[in-house]
Amino acid sequence: MAGDNQTVSEYIVHHLTNLTYGRLPEGFERYDGSSVPDGGSWVMAHGAEEISAMGFYAIHIDSMLWSVGLGIFFCWFFYRMACLVSEDSPSGPINFVEMVVEFIDNTVKDTFHGKNRLIAPLALTIFVWVFLMNLMDLVPVDLIPYALGLAGVEYQKIVPSTDPNITMGMAVGVFILMLFYSIKVKGFGFVKELTMNPFNHPLFIPVNLFMEVVGLLAKPFSLGLRLFGNMYAGEMIFILIAALFSAGIMWVLPAALLQLGWAIFHILVITLQAFIFMVLTVVYLSMAHEDH
Amino acid sequence: MNINLTLFGQMIAFVCFVVFCMRFVWPPIIAAMADREKKIADGLAAADRANDDLAAAKEAVAQELQQAKVDAAGIVDAANKRASQILDEAKEAALSEADRLKEGAMTEIEQERQRAKEQLRGELSALTMQGARKVLGAEINQNSHERLIEELVENW
Repeated sequence: MAGDNQTVSEYIVHHLTNLTYGRLPEGFERYDGSSVPDGGSWVMAHGAEEISAMGFYAIHIDSMLWSVGLGIFFCWFFYRMACLVSEDSPSGPINFVEMVVEFIDNTVKDTFHGKNRLIAPLALTIFVWVFLMNLMDLVPVDLIPYALGLAGVEYQKIVPSTDPNITMGMAVGVFILMLFYSIKVKGFGFVKELTMNPFNHPLFIPVNLFMEVVGLLAKPFSLGLRLFGNMYAGEMIFILIAALFSAGIMWVLPAALLQLGWAIFHILVITLQAFIFMVLTVVYLSMAHEDH
Repeated sequence: MNINLTLFGQMIAFVCFVVFCMRFVWPPIIAAMADREKKIADGLAAADRANDDLAAAKEAVAQELQQAKVDAAGIVDAANKRASQILDEAKEAALSEADRLKEGAMTEIEQERQRAKEQLRGELSALTMQGARKVLGAEINQNSHERLIEELVENW
């Protein structure tokens, strides 16, 4: 545990706090008693109060670095394999990459019947990237935060997909694509779909519009929050199990077993969540392409 | 649970990675896999074609063999016919040769017989003369009775 004189609740809160860089409003009293000068100032947040005071003008450094880092790793690895791949018999990691690509290709072909060069690479990126982000959940919860804590970094949340900003960022990206293709493919039909469904009568336009807009907005929210919820809950259980280690020597063995069991189960969860995110993206985009 | 600028940061990163994947990762892998699929399909088709060719060749060989058998049978027949013909001819020739030889032998025998007859006749006449001389004594003149003896021998 980082810091020996923490309570369990402090420990958990510490683990759930992002490393945040943001703008504190002017006049805010900082943790050390100093006051923020006029015009606000961009600083590293210290504690939950400062983070909430920063509001929207803040960025989670840890989430961004891990997320972008994993994304770059994905791009680098797959790009290198794409350079090596040839029509001769593949070997080693190329096999793995081809297996993933073929799996994505089949899934997309099953679900998406239109012609769009974006969908399959999008699905591949989402699947592998989300999987890698989820995979960070299997790294022991204290390992990296503690090591970085020794190096002077106060907070560290290494699983980007436990940050709603990350999952919602992707979901909103998908949502924008949905709107774009709905308008591009259906044109005015998209407006008609929103207003004339499910009751096909001019009188019901407001009702229809309300229902359809809610249904439409529910898609990105369900997409992003499902992944966030699952990963957050999983991470929370890992943290609780880790906290159990501090409960006393007789708890070490049960905690170790719980840790192992949950980690094994979580291998399934992280893969499944990545797959669900990918499939739902393809399904939503497929719906955006279908003109009724 | 703070929604902040991270949202947009993630969206920008998302777009960048998707674009990168779409430009540099997906197309070469899919193209290579399609190429390989085509190569394998071509290989299988070539194998099928080779099989067909093999079957056709086998059939041709069988036909050729059949033809050769028929030809061989024809040749054997002709040879047999020719052989019996030659045999017949040889037999014919042998028979005629034998006839000719027999004829010659007969002639020779006849001649021999004539000669022997002549000789015997001469000897007989001499013997007769001798005998008669011994029987009749010296009176019998050879010259005067020669014609008689000659006549005798002639009629013997």
